[in-house]
Amino acid sequence: MENIFIRGPSLNSRLLLGVALSLSLIFLDHKLNTFSSARALLNTLVSPLQYAANLPSEMLNWTTTSLTTQRNLLQENAKLTRENLLLREQLQTVAFLSQENAHLRALLGSDEKDELRKLVAEVMAIDNNPYSHQIVINKGTIDGVYEGQPVLDEHGVVGQVLHVATTNSRVLLISDITHAVPTRIQKNNVQLIVSGEGSLTEVTLEHVPHSTEIEVGDLLITSGLGRVFPEGYPVATVSRVIRDESRPFAQITAEPVAKLDRLKYLLLLWPNESDDES
Amino acid sequence: MFQLRHYLIGLSILLALMLQIMPMPILVDPYRPDWLLLVIAYWCLALPNRVSIGVAFFNGLILDILLGTTLGVHSLAMTVVVYILAVNYQRLRNYSVWQQAIIVGVIGALYHLVIFWMLRLLTDVDFQFEFLWPVFTGMLIWPWIFGLLRKLRRQFKIT
Repeated sequence: MENIFIRGPSLNSRLLLGVALSLSLIFLDHKLNTFSSARALLNTLVSPLQYAANLPSEMLNWTTTSLTTQRNLLQENAKLTRENLLLREQLQTVAFLSQENAHLRALLGSDEKDELRKLVAEVMAIDNNPYSHQIVINKGTIDGVYEGQPVLDEHGVVGQVLHVATTNSRVLLISDITHAVPTRIQKNNVQLIVSGEGSLTEVTLEHVPHSTEIEVGDLLITSGLGRVFPEGYPVATVSRVIRDESRPFAQITAEPVAKLDRLKYLLLLWPNESDDES
Repeated sequence: MFQLRHYLIGLSILLALMLQIMPMPILVDPYRPDWLLLVIAYWCLALPNRVSIGVAFFNGLILDILLGTTLGVHSLAMTVVVYILAVNYQRLRNYSVWQQAIIVGVIGALYHLVIFWMLRLLTDVDFQFEFLWPVFTGMLIWPWIFGLLRKLRRQFKIT
């Protein structure tokens, strides 16, 4: 080693500088939201690292798919064909029903609902940060993704887009402690807010009066009131209701409908644009 | 001319960053050691004139961007922790590897506590014991990281 002494400013002043910089960054980012536009650039800068970190699992996936036997593929194909047939049968009735719905809405004089523009995205990375539930998906600004965009999987609502980079973006899950979704109970349209509490399998309903008609098994769907999530998508099913009269509100927990711990393919929605393709 | 030995510290830190964000099955994910902290801690003890608070701050910031936390949280924790290592590096070098592992455990616990305190201040996160698993796995894995990086340092004569 050339010099045993550390050159440059002393350690104490470096520590002061580092701490001061960090604290001001925290203040600027959290309180003033200065970096919301710079985040896109920063995320784009580090995205090669994310792609690189994703490589081993991609390779593993690739090997498992290329090693699947023909019999498995045939079985899966047959299963998917059956499923497709059933779904297509449902689609026929849906087409009829949506047409009828449009007629009825026209009779009532309210707006018609259009098909939303959609895009399939794939999960690139799931964050290991235990304090927040976020995932990274492989679509970004070049695909038209924007901040606050609703994200679903095949079962229900997953979350919304938090930060966008050029080729990928970050999704905040509904189970995150800072996230809440305006919902209503499907059977009786009572409006409730579902908020995350840091567990992938549980969300809570806040400020529910004791007299509310709610039972275990009730399905909560998005109410469309927050202007983020379009109306009518399933969010969670009520899993526990505790009516302790000594507390101001009933304690109600629900289980997210989307499989938040095994996400693979996701659906991005554009609530303000109608679907031109189909 | 390109010489590998000039870039080895940077490459090892880059690899640590990748390991830090690599997707893992949900079963082993809580036990993921703090790769970045361990690698930076080694370089800080071995070559404090090359890797010190500046590098720690910068990499903490990158980790903030990668993990999507509020900017500055990981850089603050990294700065504080590496400061402690850099002040005491001459003493810590003389310890045996397992003694060092215990120190690394204490340092790692402090690192997680600083992060937790900051996030507690910003959002209402609750403390769960699982958040401290990386400290234990980090302690267990430290002797191997130490051995590997020391071998690298000696073989390539990194100064």
